[in-house]
Amino acid sequence: MATDYATLKKGGWMRQKQKNNFSLRVRVVGGNLTATQLAKIAEVADKYGEGYAHLTSRQSVEIPFIKLENVEDVKAALAEGGVEPGVCGPRVRTITACQGEAVCPSGCIDTYALAKELDDRYFARELPHKFKFGVTGCQNNCLKAEENDVGIKGAIKVKWLEDKCIGCGLCAKTCRKGAIKVENKKVIFDESQCNFCGRCYKSCPTDAWEDTHGYIVSFGGLFGNNINKGETIIPFIEDKQKLLDICDAAITFFAENANPGERFKYTIDRIGRDVFAKKITEVYNG
Amino acid sequence: MAEEFKIDDTIDITDVVCPTTFVKAKVALEELEEGQILSIRLNDGEPVQNVPRSIKEEGHEILKLDDNQDGTFTLIVKKVGD
Repeated sequence: MATDYATLKKGGWMRQKQKNNFSLRVRVVGGNLTATQLAKIAEVADKYGEGYAHLTSRQSVEIPFIKLENVEDVKAALAEGGVEPGVCGPRVRTITACQGEAVCPSGCIDTYALAKELDDRYFARELPHKFKFGVTGCQNNCLKAEENDVGIKGAIKVKWLEDKCIGCGLCAKTCRKGAIKVENKKVIFDESQCNFCGRCYKSCPTDAWEDTHGYIVSFGGLFGNNINKGETIIPFIEDKQKLLDICDAAITFFAENANPGERFKYTIDRIGRDVFAKKITEVYNG
Repeated sequence: MAEEFKIDDTIDITDVVCPTTFVKAKVALEELEEGQILSIRLNDGEPVQNVPRSIKEEGHEILKLDDNQDGTFTLIVKKVGD
């Protein structure tokens, strides 16, 4: 029987240069694996592979040197540890995320919960070409949001609360954008300079900054043969449902307009950046 | 500086780095009674950006932060809770 490489690839089995050998990519969400999953991956790598695993550039794990004849056994073994195969090819890929506010002092949003939600919603969806989502918790951008087709960045919108302020000036010190000045113990906040990093709010010792957590989204990022920084078209998004609606609109635009093998950026360029911006802005304002 | 508050104790943490800065401040606060006031001299940079918030997260009240114009700051804290 002829080997159906396309089906194998779809299920995360990456054909190696060595005949009948596959590097199996497993499904990872937001860069987290449980101890049970890791133990099972180790066991499978020992028994069916060459005793090691490879960490991919986008937070997945691959187990190289799995033999074609063991594909079904490996799938069954991994399932026992709650490990599923990942995907490759023209579909929604691994949803990546940094640790976010659940763990990181700089985090502005719960990146893992959002990655999980995006994974449930989109993972492995068939599209004209690969499609990548990445979620980073704050402006430090450890997860490099803008290199993804859709990049999501945690953000905090702030408002100064005069009655709680002691005029200590720490917010002005921690602001990296020069958006805050303190004169005569009074804050002068230039909102147009704010990048929503939340450092003023986080440094304040008297809770004198009101915080609204939200998202900044970029579209059309690439970091392969061609490199393009994803573009932020719409302002700060406060509501998670709105964010999901915008993700829906972006992926639908790609599904309806992209040529096979064309990345999102080139679809936007070919159809027209203004056409895409109009669609996304309508959803944002809707 | 800070003449409007009655200072009960004063410490200088300009000779140590994080996390010892916070530890010294925390120990000094533990020795005070509820409502007493501690004055802390600390360095610009990381200490001034982190220590006030950390003390606040311990539940104490930050009353004032003054720039001494010599690369140091004076932080005035009221002890809350025992």
